[in-house]
Amino acid sequence: MAAVALGLLPLAAAAQQQAARPATTAAATAAPKPFGLGRPALAEEVKAWDIDVLPDGRGLPVGKGNAKDGEALYITNCAACHGEFGEGVARWPVLSGGLGSLKNDRPEKTIGSFWPATSTLFDYIRRAMPYGNAQSLTPDEIYAISAYILHMNDVIKDPEKELNQSNFAQIELPNAKGFYDDDREVTEKHFWNRKVCMKDCAKEPAKVTGRAMVLDVTPDSASRPRVE
Amino acid sequence: MAEQDKTSRRGFLAAAAAGSVLAASGAHAQGAGARAADKAITELPDWSKYLGDGVADRPYGKPSKFEAHVVRRDVEWLTASRQSSVNFTPLHELDGIITPSGLCFERHHGGIAEIDPRQYRLMINGLVDKELVFTIEDLKRFPRINRVHFLECAANSGMEWRGSQLNGCQFTHGMVHNVMYTGVPLKHLLNEAGVRTNARWVMAEGADSSGMNRSIPLAKALDDCIVAFRMNGEMLRPEQGYPVRLVVPGWEGNMWVKWLRRLEVTDMAHLAREETSKYTDLMADGRSRRFTFVMDCKSVVTNPSPQAPLLAKGQNVLSGLAWSGRGTIRRVDVTLDGGRNWREARIDGPVLNQSLTRFYVDFDWQGQEMMIQSRAHDSTGYVQPTKDELRKVRGVNNIYHNNGIQTWLVRSNGETENVEIA
Ligand code: HEC
Repeated sequence: MAAVALGLLPLAAAAQQQAARPATTAAATAAPKPFGLGRPALAEEVKAWDIDVLPDGRGLPVGKGNAKDGEALYITNCAACHGEFGEGVARWPVLSGGLGSLKNDRPEKTIGSFWPATSTLFDYIRRAMPYGNAQSLTPDEIYAISAYILHMNDVIKDPEKELNQSNFAQIELPNAKGFYDDDREVTEKHFWNRKVCMKDCAKEPAKVTGRAMVLDVTPDSASRPRVE
Repeated sequence: MAEQDKTSRRGFLAAAAAGSVLAASGAHAQGAGARAADKAITELPDWSKYLGDGVADRPYGKPSKFEAHVVRRDVEWLTASRQSSVNFTPLHELDGIITPSGLCFERHHGGIAEIDPRQYRLMINGLVDKELVFTIEDLKRFPRINRVHFLECAANSGMEWRGSQLNGCQFTHGMVHNVMYTGVPLKHLLNEAGVRTNARWVMAEGADSSGMNRSIPLAKALDDCIVAFRMNGEMLRPEQGYPVRLVVPGWEGNMWVKWLRRLEVTDMAHLAREETSKYTDLMADGRSRRFTFVMDCKSVVTNPSPQAPLLAKGQNVLSGLAWSGRGTIRRVDVTLDGGRNWREARIDGPVLNQSLTRFYVDFDWQGQEMMIQSRAHDSTGYVQPTKDELRKVRGVNNIYHNNGIQTWLVRSNGETENVEIA
């Protein structure tokens, strides 16, 4: 994964960046010896801030919960925005459904239909939800609510199945294999180094095929379509 | 505000319909004949007579009150909540390449964190020899650098995948800004902590209530990322991450984590919500590209544009912006006839790496209908594609990375509309 990501910055582009940069002194850019700035972080301080979860489950806190317990917690803390069944109230995000819709004209991207990893669910709820009262849930509550959300998405069938730090990241989501690394430099190679036409590029004059005024959703308009 | 915008546009159209705007602008060419003397000249205005504000009246200067319409605007229906939403840079009201700090578009996910700099801490942990904590004063003791870079949201122009939607380059292209950052190369901080050999990624995390987190490949972190505390010379604005944000040159804005509180060095990407659920590019076959970090080469004509119609016949200035996440802008072509004939635009001002670049075409307009487009070329040889060329590869459900060529239709009365053409 990393090797591919490193390849994202082609050498030619990297060289170009250097060339186009303003001159800098060696002191500002060369990898120097440490400056001796900052202070060691205490274990207690790292623990207080280190709330992220990696895809293989590292970072999951000790705890447990199941969908049955999660239902009430979800209704109390989450349903006002995300809906009782994760359907999303008004324009708040939808958390369930949409399975098999990714090729549709209007795909529905949810945890069940789109997300690749359960670690993301724990990581995100733990840091950002409930919206407006972040980092207020205990690990047990997050396990239980996550189990309930996964149950709503048919990822977990048994509402009493206990999720914990050892098994949470092992649960497979339906779209886990649905992602591939940026390949623009290969699949869009034709956008590079092409000859462009400058004169008499078409016989017919240009024709308008679509207009913003037909939809008229610019902010001063009354219509309010939904856009992600 | 939005209402006022429409009214002024309508006002212009009404005037144009009556023939007054276009006629008046051409008057000088007809000589001084019957015209009454201009009261703006013959009557002495107050500002020429009376004392104005003194130096103590405006300790932090603001734009003229006559420029009050030059503001960031949001599109209310886009999102459910204004604390997780976006507003747009008024590109059509700006020139040159630097965006004034107060007009830089905002995108945040849990509102603006108002951080007391004395309480500010930056932690580095994970695969390092020494886990460290820095204060803002510590950061200011590292050797620092200055860089001008554009920041573009990956979803800029994202509403236009299925066709023209929004009438104004502020809304179609306004999720971009360009300022000079002052800060510390991220590699200095990582070097201070000592990166372990199995490290591959650095996760950046914000201190706001969304705890925004993104994974950055270690090679990028060690190359050109900046831990910045100043924009345009002064400390970052709160909405831009005060007191410290990450600068990830040329890459999508979401990675430029604001209110930066922690950097965790890891051996794998986090697959955070913002790099899976969001900021992945759903293709027509139902699969999705991920880690599409670089912002492709792009350009837009900012004047004329729907919010900035043409007001006068005769000599006019067409103006626009071009940028590329891969390098510098090498050339911009402009067409007035919907792509049948192109001319090379005049680039003026600094041409910097991964920065907005300003271009102009000075042209004569006699009221003919025009279909204006711009096409940018960057230093890697990339040529900005048409929207249809992009759709052919990326489908229409992509949301992100729409760098297709924009078309403005200018009507004979100067009114300008967002259209697509063939
Ligand atoms: C006040 C409304 C509100 C409440 C209550 C709330 N959320 Fe959210 N939730 C949001 C908003 C808004 C977002 C999108 C935030 C953004 O995009 O920046 C969101 C996003 C999410 C997402 C990511 C969705 C996606 O597809 O990317 C998940 C998962 C989630 N919330 C779970 C929860 C859980 C679990 C709870 C209860 C503990 C909860 N939320 C409570 C408003 C709410």
